[in-house]
Amino acid sequence: MREQGAAAALLRRMGRAFPPPFKEHLVALDLFQEKGIPLERQVFTWKDLVRRPYSKLDDDAFTRTRVILMNGIEADALRMKHIFARLNRELRPHLALVRRAEHHQQTMVNWLNPPDQSPLETTLGFEQLAIEATASVAIHEPDPYLAQTYRFGMLEDFDHLYRYSALYDRVEGKDPNNLIQSYSDIRPGRPTSLEHRHPLDDVRTPYDHKTADPLSKLHAITITASEFQTHDYYMTVGPQFADPVARQLYAEIASIEEQHVTQYGSLCDPDESMLEKWLLHEAAEVYNYYSCLAYETNPHVKAVWQRFVDYELGHLHYVMELFKEMEQRDPAEVLPRTLPEPIAFKEHREFVRKVLAQEVDMRSNGPDYVARLPEGHRSSIYQAQLNSEGSPSETVAAGYHWRPGTELAAKAERMGSVQEGRRLQ
Amino acid sequence: MSKDTVADMGLNRTGIKTSPIDSKDIVQEAQRAPPSSPGDAQGIHRVRQQYAREADGLGHVPPPSSLKGVAKTAAGLLKGQKSTVFIDKLGERLAFERTGVRLYEGALSKLEVYGSWEGGPSRELLTKILDDELSHFALMTETLQGLGADPTAMTPSADLSAVISQGVPAAIADARTNLRQCMEALLVAELTDNASWELLIDLARGLGHDTLADRFQLALDAEAEHLSLVKGWLAAGVATEARAPLESASVPAP
Repeated sequence: MREQGAAAALLRRMGRAFPPPFKEHLVALDLFQEKGIPLERQVFTWKDLVRRPYSKLDDDAFTRTRVILMNGIEADALRMKHIFARLNRELRPHLALVRRAEHHQQTMVNWLNPPDQSPLETTLGFEQLAIEATASVAIHEPDPYLAQTYRFGMLEDFDHLYRYSALYDRVEGKDPNNLIQSYSDIRPGRPTSLEHRHPLDDVRTPYDHKTADPLSKLHAITITASEFQTHDYYMTVGPQFADPVARQLYAEIASIEEQHVTQYGSLCDPDESMLEKWLLHEAAEVYNYYSCLAYETNPHVKAVWQRFVDYELGHLHYVMELFKEMEQRDPAEVLPRTLPEPIAFKEHREFVRKVLAQEVDMRSNGPDYVARLPEGHRSSIYQAQLNSEGSPSETVAAGYHWRPGTELAAKAERMGSVQEGRRLQ
Repeated sequence: MSKDTVADMGLNRTGIKTSPIDSKDIVQEAQRAPPSSPGDAQGIHRVRQQYAREADGLGHVPPPSSLKGVAKTAAGLLKGQKSTVFIDKLGERLAFERTGVRLYEGALSKLEVYGSWEGGPSRELLTKILDDELSHFALMTETLQGLGADPTAMTPSADLSAVISQGVPAAIADARTNLRQCMEALLVAELTDNASWELLIDLARGLGHDTLADRFQLALDAEAEHLSLVKGWLAAGVATEARAPLESASVPAP
C-alpha cells in the first residue's frame, strides 16, 4: 500500500540522518538540534524489557512517582495514536511504527514497579504524583485560567491521598508514610464527597493553539495523560480488593478521575490538526523523560530515562518530517526551540497549603470557577444522588488523623505493653 | 446461595465432570497438539535463577534513629553481632501485630453479622485477642525505641511478611466469607505468629537481650493461647457444619 511504502521510506531516511544521541546536558535541550536515536534502532528483548525494579523501601518516593508518571505518558501516547489510526488512513502506518516502540517503552517503565508494592501502595504513589506534579505545573503555567484549573484539580487529588491513606491504615494496618516519605501532607483537601460534579461542570475552556505558550500545551498533555492512567489503574485494581469499603472507595475516586480526564483533556485545543497534536505529544514525552532524568536518584532507573529521552527525540524528529511533508508546515510554528525548566519532582507543601487555605471551597459552574454554586445547581443534584446511599470517602476516613505508625500507634501508646492488667516485663 | 455454611451443594462449574462431552473433546485435542518447544518446567527455573542472580534485595534496615542506637549498633559490631538482624525481625513483629489488630476488627464485624456457633468465638474473647495484638504492637514499639531504632520504618522482613500473608486480610474482609471461614485466615496468622515469636525469643537470647526475651515470652504465651482458641473455634465450626448440612450453623452472638 502507498501509505506503508511512504512510512518505510521515511524510516530509512531518518535512520541515516541521525547524529549521535543526546547526552545528559540538561540545560536547554534543543529540540531541533538533538535528534536522539532513530526509530529503526529502537529495539528491545524480553530480558531487556523486564528489568530489576526499584526498591519500595530504599528508593526515593519520587522514583516511584516518576515511574507511575511515565507509564501514564506512554499509555496516553498509545491511546492517542490508536484513536488517530481509526480516523486517518494516511497516518496509520506511521502511527503503527512509532506506537510499537512506545508500547515497549511503556512495558519497560511499568515493569520497574516492584512486586512487593501492593495495588494500594501504588495508588498512594499515583496520588502523590498527582499532587506534586500538578503543583509544579500549576506554579509554572503561564496562563492564569489554566493555572487555576491545575490548582482546582490538585486539591482534589490531595484529598484522595488522605482517603487512600485512611484505607491503608484502617484496612491493612499499615503506615501510608512508608510510601509518602514525609514529602506530602496527609490531611483532607476538598472533600472527595463534594468533588462529584455534573459532566457539564467539568468541561473547561481550551487554550488557543495559535496563541498559547508551548509550555501550556505540554502541561495539558502531561496532566491529562497522568490522570487518564490514574483512572485506568483504579478501574483495573478496584475490583481486586476484598474489602467492600475499598471497592466502594475505588469506584468513587475512579469517578473523580474520569472527571479530571474530562477537565484536563478539555484544556487542549480541538482545532489543532492531528499531526500538530502528535507533534506536541512527542515533545511532551521528551519533556517528561527529560524532567525525570534531571531528578532521578536510582542509577538503573536513570539509565532508562536517558535512553528514552533519546528514543523520544527520535520520534519527535520522525513526526517533524511528517509535519513538513504532509502539512507543509514548519514544526517551529508549534514547538519551542528548547525545552522549558523540568517538572519539579519535589515537595510543594507550602504551595499546596496556601492553595488549600484560599481555594478549597471553590466550585465550577460550566467552565468557570466560582466561590459558590446557586441553589439547586445541577452539580448539587448530581452529587446528592451519588452520595444518597452513603459516601465511601467519608466512611473510610471518619475521624481520621494520620500519625506516624498508623492511628493504632496512639491507641497502643495509651494501652502500653500490658496484658491482662500485667505489664509485659 | 447460603453464606451461613460454606459446603452446601450447588452449581459449581469448575470440574472436568461438569461437561463430559466437551471435556473429552478438549482432552484429546490438548494431547494431539505438540508443544512448540521441547523441554519441561525446568526452563522456568532457569529464568528465575537468572533474575535471582541479578536482583537486588527488597531493601535495607534504616540506620539508627538516635545516638543511643548508633552506640548500640557499634557496641554490637565490636561483639561480632549484627544488630540490624534483630531490628529487622522486631520491625516484622511490629507490623504483623499491628495488622493483627485490623484482622480481629474484621472478625468482630463478621461476628455481628453471622453470630457464632457452639464452641465458637465470643465477642469477649475476640476483643481480648485484639487487645493482646495491640499490646504486642506497643511492646515492639517500645523495644525498637529502646534500641534507638525507628519503629515507624517498614523493615525488609516486615515487607516480606506482608507479602506472604496478604491473603489473610483479604479473606477476612471479603463480604462473601463467613466467620467460620475467617477462622481459617486467623489460623494462618496465629500459626505464623507463634513460630515468629519463638524465633524472636531465641534471637533475643542469642544476642544477650534476656530481659527483652522474658517480655517476649509473655507475648508468646498469649499467642499460644490465641492459636489454641482459633484452632478450637475452627474445629467446632467445621464439625457443626458437618453435623447440620441442611440448616444454618449460626446461633445468635452472645
